[in-house]
Amino acid sequence: MPSKFLDEARDPLIIAEGWMKDGKDVAIATVVETWGSAPRPVGSHLVIDAEGTFHGSVSGGCVEGAVISEALDVIESGKPKMLEFGVADETAWQVGLSCGGRIRVYVERLG
Amino acid sequence: MSSDWVEAMDPFALKTLNAERRARRAAILVTDIGDGRDRVVKEGDAVAGDLGIAIVKAFRTGLSGAVDAEGRQFFLNVHLPQPRLVVIGAVHISQALAPMAKIAGFPLEIIDPRTAFASDDRFPDVTLHAEWPEDVLKHCPLDRYAALAAVTHDPKIDDFALKAALDAECFYVGALGSRKTHAKRVERLLGMGATPDQIERINAPIGLDIGAANPAEIAVAVLAQVIAAFRSRGLGAKAKSEAA
Repeated sequence: MPSKFLDEARDPLIIAEGWMKDGKDVAIATVVETWGSAPRPVGSHLVIDAEGTFHGSVSGGCVEGAVISEALDVIESGKPKMLEFGVADETAWQVGLSCGGRIRVYVERLG
Repeated sequence: MSSDWVEAMDPFALKTLNAERRARRAAILVTDIGDGRDRVVKEGDAVAGDLGIAIVKAFRTGLSGAVDAEGRQFFLNVHLPQPRLVVIGAVHISQALAPMAKIAGFPLEIIDPRTAFASDDRFPDVTLHAEWPEDVLKHCPLDRYAALAAVTHDPKIDDFALKAALDAECFYVGALGSRKTHAKRVERLLGMGATPDQIERINAPIGLDIGAANPAEIAVAVLAQVIAAFRSRGLGAKAKSEAA
Protein backbone atom coordinates (compact mmCIF):
# COMPACT_ATOMS: atom_id res chain seq x y z
CA MET A 1 0.00 0.00 0.00
CA PRO A 2 1.45 3.38 -0.91
CA SER A 3 2.40 5.51 2.06
CA LYS A 4 0.70 8.84 2.61
CA PHE A 5 3.88 10.06 4.29
CA LEU A 6 6.39 9.57 1.48
CA ASP A 7 6.51 11.01 -2.00
CA GLU A 8 6.89 7.52 -3.46
CA ALA A 9 7.23 8.73 -7.04
CA ARG A 10 10.38 10.70 -6.18
CA ASP A 11 11.86 8.80 -3.24
CA PRO A 12 15.12 7.16 -4.41
CA LEU A 13 15.10 4.21 -1.98
CA ILE A 14 11.44 3.41 -2.64
CA ILE A 15 12.15 3.57 -6.38
CA ALA A 16 15.18 1.27 -5.96
CA GLU A 17 13.02 -1.26 -4.10
CA GLY A 18 10.44 -1.10 -6.89
CA TRP A 19 13.08 -1.61 -9.57
CA MET A 20 14.42 -4.62 -7.66
CA LYS A 21 10.89 -6.09 -7.52
CA ASP A 22 10.66 -5.63 -11.28
CA GLY A 23 13.83 -7.69 -11.66
CA LYS A 24 16.06 -4.78 -12.66
CA ASP A 25 19.73 -4.44 -11.76
CA VAL A 26 20.18 -1.45 -9.50
CA ALA A 27 23.06 0.60 -8.06
CA ILE A 28 22.73 2.89 -5.06
CA ALA A 29 25.05 5.89 -4.64
CA THR A 30 25.31 7.50 -1.21
CA VAL A 31 27.05 10.70 -0.12
CA VAL A 32 29.21 9.41 2.77
CA GLU A 33 31.37 12.45 3.47
CA THR A 34 31.38 16.15 2.65
CA TRP A 35 33.86 18.98 3.18
CA GLY A 36 33.11 22.66 2.83
CA SER A 37 29.89 23.73 1.18
CA ALA A 38 28.45 20.60 -0.34
CA PRO A 39 25.08 20.83 -2.09
CA ARG A 40 23.59 17.63 -0.65
CA PRO A 41 24.11 16.36 2.89
CA VAL A 42 25.74 13.12 3.97
CA GLY A 43 23.25 10.28 3.48
CA SER A 44 21.74 11.60 0.22
CA HIS A 45 21.06 9.00 -2.46
CA LEU A 46 21.12 8.68 -6.22
CA VAL A 47 19.74 5.39 -7.55
CA ILE A 48 20.54 4.10 -11.02
CA ASP A 49 19.29 1.15 -13.08
CA ALA A 50 21.20 -0.73 -15.78
CA GLU A 51 19.68 1.47 -18.50
CA GLY A 52 21.04 4.59 -16.82
CA THR A 53 17.65 5.75 -15.52
CA PHE A 54 18.22 7.63 -12.28
CA HIS A 55 16.38 9.28 -9.39
CA GLY A 56 17.54 11.41 -6.47
CA SER A 57 20.77 13.39 -6.27
CA VAL A 58 24.21 13.48 -4.68
CA SER A 59 25.01 17.04 -5.74
CA GLY A 60 23.24 19.93 -7.37
CA GLY A 61 23.52 18.14 -10.69
CA CYS A 62 27.26 18.79 -11.09
CA VAL A 63 28.57 15.25 -10.76
CA GLU A 64 25.52 13.06 -11.35
CA GLY A 65 26.64 12.23 -14.89
CA ALA A 66 29.95 10.83 -13.67
CA VAL A 67 28.29 8.89 -10.84
CA ILE A 68 25.83 7.33 -13.28
CA SER A 69 28.56 6.07 -15.61
CA GLU A 70 30.49 4.65 -12.64
CA ALA A 71 27.26 3.07 -11.40
CA LEU A 72 26.84 1.21 -14.67
CA ASP A 73 30.30 -0.32 -14.07
CA VAL A 74 29.34 -1.24 -10.54
CA ILE A 75 26.15 -2.95 -11.74
CA GLU A 76 28.20 -4.87 -14.30
CA SER A 77 31.04 -5.93 -11.99
CA GLY A 78 29.23 -6.09 -8.65
CA LYS A 79 32.22 -4.33 -7.10
CA PRO A 80 31.49 -1.19 -5.09
CA LYS A 81 33.38 2.06 -5.70
CA MET A 82 34.26 5.06 -3.61
CA LEU A 83 34.29 8.25 -5.68
CA GLU A 84 35.57 11.62 -4.67
CA PHE A 85 34.69 14.93 -6.29
CA GLY A 86 36.09 18.36 -5.62
CA VAL A 87 36.44 21.69 -7.28
CA ALA A 88 38.04 21.42 -10.70
CA ASP A 89 39.67 18.21 -9.61
CA GLU A 90 41.00 17.48 -13.09
CA THR A 91 43.45 14.77 -12.12
CA ALA A 92 40.87 12.40 -10.70
CA TRP A 93 37.64 13.41 -12.43
CA GLN A 94 36.71 15.68 -15.26
CA VAL A 95 33.77 17.04 -13.35
CA GLY A 96 33.77 19.24 -10.28
CA LEU A 97 31.54 21.01 -7.84
CA SER A 98 31.04 24.67 -8.63
CA CYS A 99 30.13 25.43 -5.03
CA GLY A 100 33.66 24.93 -3.72
CA GLY A 101 33.03 21.82 -1.66
CA ARG A 102 34.25 18.26 -1.85
CA ILE A 103 32.17 15.10 -1.55
CA ARG A 104 32.80 11.40 -1.30
CA VAL A 105 30.21 9.13 -2.87
CA TYR A 106 29.95 5.39 -2.30
CA VAL A 107 28.39 3.39 -5.13
CA GLU A 108 27.23 -0.17 -4.51
CA ARG A 109 25.04 -2.68 -6.23
CA LEU A 110 21.74 -3.62 -4.65
CA GLY A 111 21.82 -7.37 -3.94
CA MET B 1 38.11 3.17 0.29
CA SER B 2 36.53 0.66 -2.01
CA SER B 3 38.66 -2.26 -0.89
CA ASP B 4 37.17 -1.90 2.59
CA TRP B 5 33.66 -2.23 1.24
CA VAL B 6 33.20 -5.73 -0.01
CA GLU B 7 29.47 -6.34 -0.19
CA ALA B 8 26.51 -4.94 -2.04
CA MET B 9 23.56 -3.37 -0.30
CA ASP B 10 21.41 -6.02 1.32
CA PRO B 11 17.95 -6.08 -0.36
CA PHE B 12 16.34 -7.27 2.87
CA ALA B 13 17.80 -4.29 4.74
CA LEU B 14 16.45 -1.94 2.05
CA LYS B 15 12.97 -3.48 2.32
CA THR B 16 13.03 -3.25 6.11
CA LEU B 17 14.22 0.35 5.97
CA ASN B 18 11.55 1.36 3.46
CA ALA B 19 8.84 -0.34 5.55
CA GLU B 20 9.84 1.81 8.53
CA ARG B 21 9.94 4.96 6.42
CA ARG B 22 6.52 4.19 4.92
CA ALA B 23 5.12 3.80 8.44
CA ARG B 24 6.59 7.17 9.45
CA ARG B 25 9.01 5.68 11.94
CA ALA B 26 12.62 6.75 12.39
CA ALA B 27 15.27 4.19 11.37
CA ILE B 28 19.01 4.07 10.74
CA LEU B 29 20.76 1.94 8.15
CA VAL B 30 23.96 0.90 9.91
CA THR B 31 26.71 -0.31 7.58
CA ASP B 32 29.87 -1.89 8.96
CA ILE B 33 32.54 -0.32 6.79
CA GLY B 34 34.87 -3.23 7.53
CA ASP B 35 32.74 -5.95 5.98
CA GLY B 36 29.98 -3.96 4.26
CA ARG B 37 27.25 -5.65 6.27
CA ASP B 38 24.00 -3.68 6.58
CA ARG B 39 21.48 -3.70 9.36
CA VAL B 40 18.46 -1.57 10.16
CA VAL B 41 18.14 -0.16 13.66
CA LYS B 42 14.68 1.14 14.59
CA GLU B 43 14.20 3.97 17.04
CA GLY B 44 14.00 2.43 20.50
CA ASP B 45 15.97 -0.72 19.60
CA ALA B 46 18.63 -1.42 22.21
CA VAL B 47 22.17 -1.33 20.81
CA ALA B 48 25.03 -1.87 23.25
CA GLY B 49 28.23 0.08 23.75
CA ASP B 50 29.66 3.09 21.94
CA LEU B 51 27.77 2.24 18.77
CA GLY B 52 24.54 2.36 20.77
CA ILE B 53 25.44 5.79 22.15
CA ALA B 54 26.22 7.06 18.64
CA ILE B 55 22.93 5.65 17.38
CA VAL B 56 20.90 7.38 20.10
CA LYS B 57 22.65 10.65 19.25
CA ALA B 58 22.04 10.17 15.52
CA PHE B 59 18.31 9.65 16.12
CA ARG B 60 18.24 12.92 18.03
CA THR B 61 20.21 15.03 15.56
CA GLY B 62 19.11 13.35 12.35
CA LEU B 63 22.69 13.63 11.07
CA SER B 64 24.19 10.81 9.00
CA GLY B 65 27.90 10.07 9.07
CA ALA B 66 30.74 7.74 9.94
CA VAL B 67 31.26 6.57 13.52
CA ASP B 68 34.16 4.75 15.16
CA ALA B 69 33.08 2.23 17.78
CA GLU B 70 34.40 -1.03 19.18
CA GLY B 71 37.49 -0.76 16.98
CA ARG B 72 35.39 -0.72 13.82
CA GLN B 73 34.02 1.98 11.60
CA PHE B 74 30.32 2.25 10.79
CA PHE B 75 28.34 4.46 8.45
CA LEU B 76 25.01 5.56 9.93
CA ASN B 77 22.43 6.74 7.42
CA VAL B 78 19.67 8.32 9.47
CA HIS B 79 16.13 8.40 8.14
CA LEU B 80 13.81 10.59 10.18
CA PRO B 81 10.20 11.09 9.10
CA GLN B 82 9.49 14.40 7.42
CA PRO B 83 8.25 16.92 9.96
CA ARG B 84 4.61 17.86 9.40
CA LEU B 85 2.51 20.69 10.71
CA VAL B 86 -1.00 20.12 12.03
CA VAL B 87 -3.06 23.27 12.50
CA ILE B 88 -6.20 23.26 14.60
CA GLY B 89 -8.39 26.01 13.19
CA ALA B 90 -9.24 27.01 9.62
CA VAL B 91 -8.89 30.68 10.48
CA HIS B 92 -7.35 33.74 8.84
CA ILE B 93 -3.86 32.95 10.25
CA SER B 94 -4.07 29.43 8.78
CA GLN B 95 -4.89 30.84 5.34
CA ALA B 96 -1.55 32.66 5.40
CA LEU B 97 0.31 29.82 7.11
CA ALA B 98 -0.72 27.14 4.60
CA PRO B 99 1.19 28.48 1.56
CA MET B 100 4.15 29.56 3.73
CA ALA B 101 4.52 26.11 5.29
CA LYS B 102 4.36 24.52 1.86
CA ILE B 103 7.21 26.72 0.60
CA ALA B 104 9.26 25.97 3.73
CA GLY B 105 8.82 22.22 3.15
CA PHE B 106 6.46 21.34 5.97
CA PRO B 107 3.45 19.35 4.80
CA LEU B 108 0.50 21.02 6.50
CA GLU B 109 -2.99 19.89 7.36
CA ILE B 110 -5.81 21.82 8.93
CA ILE B 111 -8.46 20.44 11.25
CA ASP B 112 -11.60 22.41 12.09
CA PRO B 113 -15.07 20.94 12.61
CA ARG B 114 -16.71 24.26 11.67
CA THR B 115 -17.58 23.70 8.03
CA ALA B 116 -18.05 27.42 7.40
CA PHE B 117 -14.37 27.88 8.24
CA ALA B 118 -12.99 24.63 6.81
CA SER B 119 -14.13 25.10 3.23
CA ASP B 120 -12.20 24.27 0.07
CA ASP B 121 -13.09 27.70 -1.15
CA ARG B 122 -11.11 29.33 1.66
CA PHE B 123 -8.31 26.74 1.50
CA PRO B 124 -7.57 25.64 -2.06
CA ASP B 125 -4.86 22.94 -2.34
CA VAL B 126 -4.70 22.34 1.42
CA THR B 127 -5.34 19.07 3.25
CA LEU B 128 -8.44 20.01 5.16
CA HIS B 129 -10.42 17.99 7.70
CA ALA B 130 -13.83 19.50 8.49
CA GLU B 131 -14.10 17.23 11.52
CA TRP B 132 -13.34 17.25 15.23
CA PRO B 133 -9.68 16.77 16.17
CA GLU B 134 -10.76 13.75 18.27
CA ASP B 135 -11.92 11.98 15.12
CA VAL B 136 -9.09 12.99 12.79
CA LEU B 137 -6.28 12.23 15.23
CA LYS B 138 -7.72 8.78 15.90
CA HIS B 139 -6.98 7.81 12.29
CA CYS B 140 -3.84 9.86 11.84
CA PRO B 141 -2.16 10.13 15.23
CA LEU B 142 0.38 12.78 16.14
CA ASP B 143 3.97 11.77 16.76
CA ARG B 144 7.35 13.23 17.70
CA TYR B 145 7.83 14.43 14.13
CA ALA B 146 4.63 16.47 14.12
CA ALA B 147 4.16 20.09 15.14
CA LEU B 148 0.78 21.23 16.40
CA ALA B 149 -0.48 24.80 16.33
CA ALA B 150 -3.87 25.41 17.95
CA VAL B 151 -5.33 28.67 16.70
CA THR B 152 -9.13 28.48 17.03
CA HIS B 153 -9.41 30.30 20.36
CA ASP B 154 -12.14 27.78 21.16
CA PRO B 155 -11.33 25.39 24.05
CA LYS B 156 -13.87 22.87 22.75
CA ILE B 157 -11.76 22.46 19.62
CA ASP B 158 -8.22 23.26 20.81
CA ASP B 159 -7.92 21.54 24.19
CA PHE B 160 -8.17 17.91 23.14
CA ALA B 161 -5.63 18.44 20.35
CA LEU B 162 -3.20 20.23 22.66
CA LYS B 163 -3.33 17.42 25.21
CA ALA B 164 -2.89 14.84 22.42
CA ALA B 165 0.13 16.76 21.08
CA LEU B 166 1.76 16.86 24.52
CA ASP B 167 1.14 13.15 25.05
CA ALA B 168 2.55 12.32 21.60
CA GLU B 169 5.66 14.41 22.38
CA CYS B 170 5.21 16.55 19.27
CA PHE B 171 8.42 18.50 18.62
CA TYR B 172 6.40 21.70 18.70
CA VAL B 173 3.18 22.64 20.48
CA GLY B 174 1.84 26.17 20.17
CA ALA B 175 -1.42 27.76 21.25
CA LEU B 176 -2.89 31.11 20.25
CA GLY B 177 -4.17 33.41 22.94
CA SER B 178 -3.16 36.08 25.40
CA ARG B 179 -1.39 35.24 28.65
CA LYS B 180 -4.74 35.50 30.44
CA THR B 181 -6.36 33.10 27.96
CA HIS B 182 -3.42 30.77 28.33
CA ALA B 183 -3.61 30.81 32.14
CA LYS B 184 -7.19 29.54 31.92
CA ARG B 185 -6.13 26.96 29.35
CA VAL B 186 -3.38 25.72 31.66
CA GLU B 187 -5.96 25.13 34.39
CA ARG B 188 -8.12 23.12 32.00
CA LEU B 189 -5.17 21.06 30.69
CA LEU B 190 -4.01 20.28 34.22
CA GLY B 191 -7.57 19.15 34.89
CA MET B 192 -7.28 16.82 31.87
CA GLY B 193 -4.20 15.24 33.44
CA ALA B 194 -1.37 17.19 31.78
CA THR B 195 1.79 17.47 33.90
CA PRO B 196 3.51 20.79 34.70
CA ASP B 197 6.46 19.66 32.52
CA GLN B 198 4.11 19.14 29.61
CA ILE B 199 2.51 22.56 30.16
CA GLU B 200 6.00 24.11 30.00
CA ARG B 201 6.36 22.77 26.46
CA ILE B 202 3.45 24.84 25.11
CA ASN B 203 4.50 27.94 23.18
CA ALA B 204 1.96 30.54 24.31
CA PRO B 205 1.40 33.23 23.27
CA ILE B 206 2.14 31.50 19.96
CA GLY B 207 4.96 32.51 17.61
CA LEU B 208 8.34 34.17 17.87
CA ASP B 209 8.14 37.69 19.26
CA ILE B 210 8.57 39.73 16.08
CA GLY B 211 5.83 42.20 16.87
CA ALA B 212 3.46 40.50 14.44
CA ALA B 213 0.47 42.78 13.87
CA ASN B 214 -1.82 40.90 11.50
CA PRO B 215 -2.71 37.30 10.56
CA ALA B 216 0.00 36.94 7.91
CA GLU B 217 2.69 38.25 10.22
CA ILE B 218 1.52 35.92 13.00
CA ALA B 219 1.80 33.08 10.47
CA VAL B 220 5.44 34.07 9.84
CA ALA B 221 6.08 34.12 13.60
CA VAL B 222 4.51 30.67 14.03
CA LEU B 223 6.37 29.11 11.11
CA ALA B 224 9.68 30.56 12.34
CA GLN B 225 9.03 29.11 15.79
CA VAL B 226 8.23 25.69 14.31
CA ILE B 227 11.46 25.74 12.29
CA ALA B 228 13.46 26.82 15.35
CA ALA B 229 11.93 24.00 17.40
CA PHE B 230 12.73 21.42 14.74
CA ARG B 231 16.27 22.59 14.10
CA SER B 232 17.14 22.78 17.80
CA ARG B 233 16.20 19.14 18.43
CA GLY B 234 19.33 17.60 19.99
CA LEU B 235 21.38 20.73 19.33
CA GLY B 236 23.58 19.97 22.37
CA ALA B 237 24.50 16.60 20.95
CA LYS B 238 25.27 18.13 17.56
CA ALA B 239 27.57 20.76 19.03
CA LYS B 240 29.35 18.07 21.01
CA SER B 241 29.92 15.84 18.00
CA GLU B 242 31.32 18.75 16.00
CA ALA B 243 33.67 19.69 18.81
CA ALA B 244 34.95 16.13 19.12
